[in-house]
Amino acid sequence: MDLQLENIGHSYDGLTVLQDISLNIPTGKIVCVVGPSGCGKSTLLRLIGGLEQPTSGQVLQLGSPPAHSINPLTYVFQDFALLPWRTVEGNISLVLEDHHLNASDIKTIIDDVLARTKLSDFRVALPRQLSGGMKQRVAIARALAVNPAVMLMDEPLSALDSQTRELLMDDLIGLWIREKFTAVYVTHNLNEAVRLGHSIVILSRRPGQIREVVDIDLPLDQRRPGDPELESKQQHLWQMMRDEAEAADKELISG
Amino acid sequence: MADSTATAAKAAEARAAEATAAATKDTRRPVRFRGGGFVPQSRRWIGLAVFIILLLATEAGTRSGFISNLTLPRPSDVLATFVELFQSGLLWKHLLPSVSRLIVGALLGATVGIGVGIMIGLFSLVRAGLVPLVAAIFPIPKIALLPLFVIWFGIDEGSKYALIAFGTFTPTVVATYGAVDNVDRTLIRMGQSFSLTWFSIVRKIVLPGAMPGILSGLRVSLAIAIILLVAAEMLGAEYGIGAYILEAGALYDLERLFVGVTILSILGICVSAALTQIEKHLLRWRV
Repeated sequence: MDLQLENIGHSYDGLTVLQDISLNIPTGKIVCVVGPSGCGKSTLLRLIGGLEQPTSGQVLQLGSPPAHSINPLTYVFQDFALLPWRTVEGNISLVLEDHHLNASDIKTIIDDVLARTKLSDFRVALPRQLSGGMKQRVAIARALAVNPAVMLMDEPLSALDSQTRELLMDDLIGLWIREKFTAVYVTHNLNEAVRLGHSIVILSRRPGQIREVVDIDLPLDQRRPGDPELESKQQHLWQMMRDEAEAADKELISG
Repeated sequence: MADSTATAAKAAEARAAEATAAATKDTRRPVRFRGGGFVPQSRRWIGLAVFIILLLATEAGTRSGFISNLTLPRPSDVLATFVELFQSGLLWKHLLPSVSRLIVGALLGATVGIGVGIMIGLFSLVRAGLVPLVAAIFPIPKIALLPLFVIWFGIDEGSKYALIAFGTFTPTVVATYGAVDNVDRTLIRMGQSFSLTWFSIVRKIVLPGAMPGILSGLRVSLAIAIILLVAAEMLGAEYGIGAYILEAGALYDLERLFVGVTILSILGICVSAALTQIEKHLLRWRV
């Protein structure tokens, strides 16, 4: 299932945050969205997943999601959004309980996603017992459990320290290699973008518009930290974003 | 020229280094500690010790005549009166009706209060309609309405239940909708993003999320319930702690008055301990 964004525009109380965004999200690819803070990246993601309605334009699904997909458009949040009163297992079963699955199916799915995210030993742990990286692994496991057609990832690694981020990036690449999921990956970290994105969409500062789309053809599993091609892409992205970021930084926060 | 400036700079550097070395030698001392404090620490027996010291001081004061018998009864006499009450079997006769009134009234008030509080938290229409009403009812001393309750619910148990329920209701409502408002919205968005049903979101995310706030609200509500229990029993109850206290007060029997008051304190401590146990069970996920 592809997603197509058609002339998306959005404003809050007369303040335009996004303007005229048209974009294709092809199946099996990771599209990264980068931009200075406050450019409406996260808003765009909420619009794509239907958590908010755009003021103008529309988000279209092309084709229907695979039959086994329980929740076609699934988010991974920056702050993990785990229920603190449920165990790892309980947090995953939460999203399966409303979908008329029987207990053994739920158990099979949980076993599978926990194994894929290397969490099998932490089934009954509570979120407060886990490190940030582990919490985000649980959130990713939860997202995988519903077999999403498109994963909508809102700065999933931004709350983590750089070592954990590096480890989780490897995990994400591993997961993608295993099963080529579609994702929209919002981040302000250009390194994450060049490591994970098949194409990188650069938004301008508010009102967010697409400034450029950069494609990276190097396969995900061949992207190493320090790769010269990636470095030059990242440099290019930074050149483009620098002025925007500087100007955005000096803006007053209104509203 | 350049050479001389360089030498001068070098000399200055050397002097500075010497100065620091001298300073370090004179005043080498550990950095003063200024952190710590402002963290409640568990000191288990202090509370009990304060209590016992106060009792002993009173006992000594009354025995020595420093405190006259009219001012305060002797703690040992109060204890003796309590033992007497217990042995005569009257203790249960007073305590059981009181406890049952407390349970029925508080259960009624708290249940309805939690229900209404959740409705206010969830529906803007209910909020707009009921929050001003609750704000208007809250400051009314419910005891003032007792005559009205007697007319509405009869002089028997009905009016007592109603008074306690009504008094527990308002603080519970306020605490509950505050707690619902404070539930992390990102968790609710998460629920929506996984297409959970509205009912599931309320039951599995909003309710557990509001539970800490609801329980701490109950602490206040239940203390108010005990206060109102006594008020209700002071008006037309044959048995009950309130009736016992009223009778003792009318006769200026300070020993019995203090026995009654002590029983109420113990009741309050028991309720609070029960809530602590419930919190421990329901809020295991915290801390």
